Amino acid sequence: MKTVELRTPLDEKQISSLESGDKVYLSGEINTARDAAHKRLVALIEEGKELPFDLQGAVIYYVGPAPSKPGQVINSAGPTTSYRMDSFTPLLLERGLKGTIGKGPRSMKVRDSMVKNGGVYFAAVGGAAAGIASTVKAAEVIAYDDLGPEAIRRLVVERMPLFVVNDTSGNDLFEAGVAEYRREE
Amino acid sequence: MRELDVARITEAVKDLSIRTNIYLPDDVKKALRESLEREESPLGREILQVILDNHDIAEKEKMPICQDTGAAIVFLEVGQEVHLIGGAPEDAVNEGVRQGYREAHLRKSMVADPVLKRKNTGDNTPAIIYTRIVPGDKVKIIFAPKGGGAENMSEVRMMTAADGIEGIKDFVVDRVSRSGGNPCPPIVVGVGIGGCFERSALLAKEALMRTIGEPNPDPDFDEVEKELLRRINNLGIGPQGLGGRTTALAVHIKTVPCHIASMPVAVNIQCHVSRHGETIL
Ligand code: SF4
Repeated sequence: MKTVELRTPLDEKQISSLESGDKVYLSGEINTARDAAHKRLVALIEEGKELPFDLQGAVIYYVGPAPSKPGQVINSAGPTTSYRMDSFTPLLLERGLKGTIGKGPRSMKVRDSMVKNGGVYFAAVGGAAAGIASTVKAAEVIAYDDLGPEAIRRLVVERMPLFVVNDTSGNDLFEAGVAEYRREE
Repeated sequence: MRELDVARITEAVKDLSIRTNIYLPDDVKKALRESLEREESPLGREILQVILDNHDIAEKEKMPICQDTGAAIVFLEVGQEVHLIGGAPEDAVNEGVRQGYREAHLRKSMVADPVLKRKNTGDNTPAIIYTRIVPGDKVKIIFAPKGGGAENMSEVRMMTAADGIEGIKDFVVDRVSRSGGNPCPPIVVGVGIGGCFERSALLAKEALMRTIGEPNPDPDFDEVEKELLRRINNLGIGPQGLGGRTTALAVHIKTVPCHIASMPVAVNIQCHVSRHGETIL
């Protein structure tokens, strides 16, 4: 387990050097999307249309921030539960998506797709939303303003603290961590 | 009869919606601090420290602790000697939610049609309101914003007398085990037993309002709570589900009588952002 400074967009080399359990400080541009936005993104792909952001080397953060106060870059912005995006993620990974950020475990299908397509899944600390917001330096809505908190935003983050959960070798930090601290009754 | 203008309810709900989303109750903060001392996993300790630091940032910046500022769950206990004037009490509650969520820039997370259109109502209303008429001339308002991540891991099961207390324990532990990291552990587990289908669920939510560290008034169920807490923490789920000794901060059980043929059991899961506050008017 190591500590890594990462900058987006992510390439194959960066991705394959990451291991489950690593601590990552992520900087650069990332995009936000939750349930409703994923539904629309996948529909666009199926219709062969262009997406509101480039998927090559991209990172998607599963978050629906609280509305900003005047003069504030972003209000509290912690991760939402990732499994709700599981049915959409493999297609996005096939199209160049490299990283996803959320909380809670992913399905076997998503994990297999990350191994196959070279992607990683990062955990941010759920509920630590005010702290995470302080690492966001810029934010703008780039699509689906009608979705309110679920709109797609482009964020510029500076040293956002994350943990690598699933790496490209198929490891899973949830499984490994729980196995280590489980005590039989 | 004591007259009370429902505008006072609006004001109180507005204030509670803002306060509960920024300041966590002292018992929850204390339980999290204590868990940091006990946690064996280095990663778990790091996560708990991030959670504790987040409380300070939220308070200092007057930002919500979590971006999911919840569905507005409201318990209204209205004294039978109170005459409410100036409008309908439920409208007054909703107006308080509307004003509080707007003014404090809290997230609006309610959709009008739960299935087909799922269009955001834009002001976090309607609140989910439970009203009871009680003796006295006061109105008590309990406000508990409830996030979706933890609520989604909750379950009601219609058990039978044959399942017994061991069946209930296994159900609760299994429910937490299947939830893993999804509900943002460390969690608080509310268990409602008895009544009927929907009553058990409400009991489980009420159980979450109890102060952490306060014993169950029934010594037998107090023992069950202790055993469940031990079994749940032995699951190894840990902070955020990434492994550790702190999966739950507390297990709270609430019971009421039930039908001879039934034994409804509900488990309501609450994340570490265990928000609730009350005001008496
Ligand atoms: S489960 Fe709780 S801490 Fe986690 S995102 Fe939802 S409200 Fe926030």
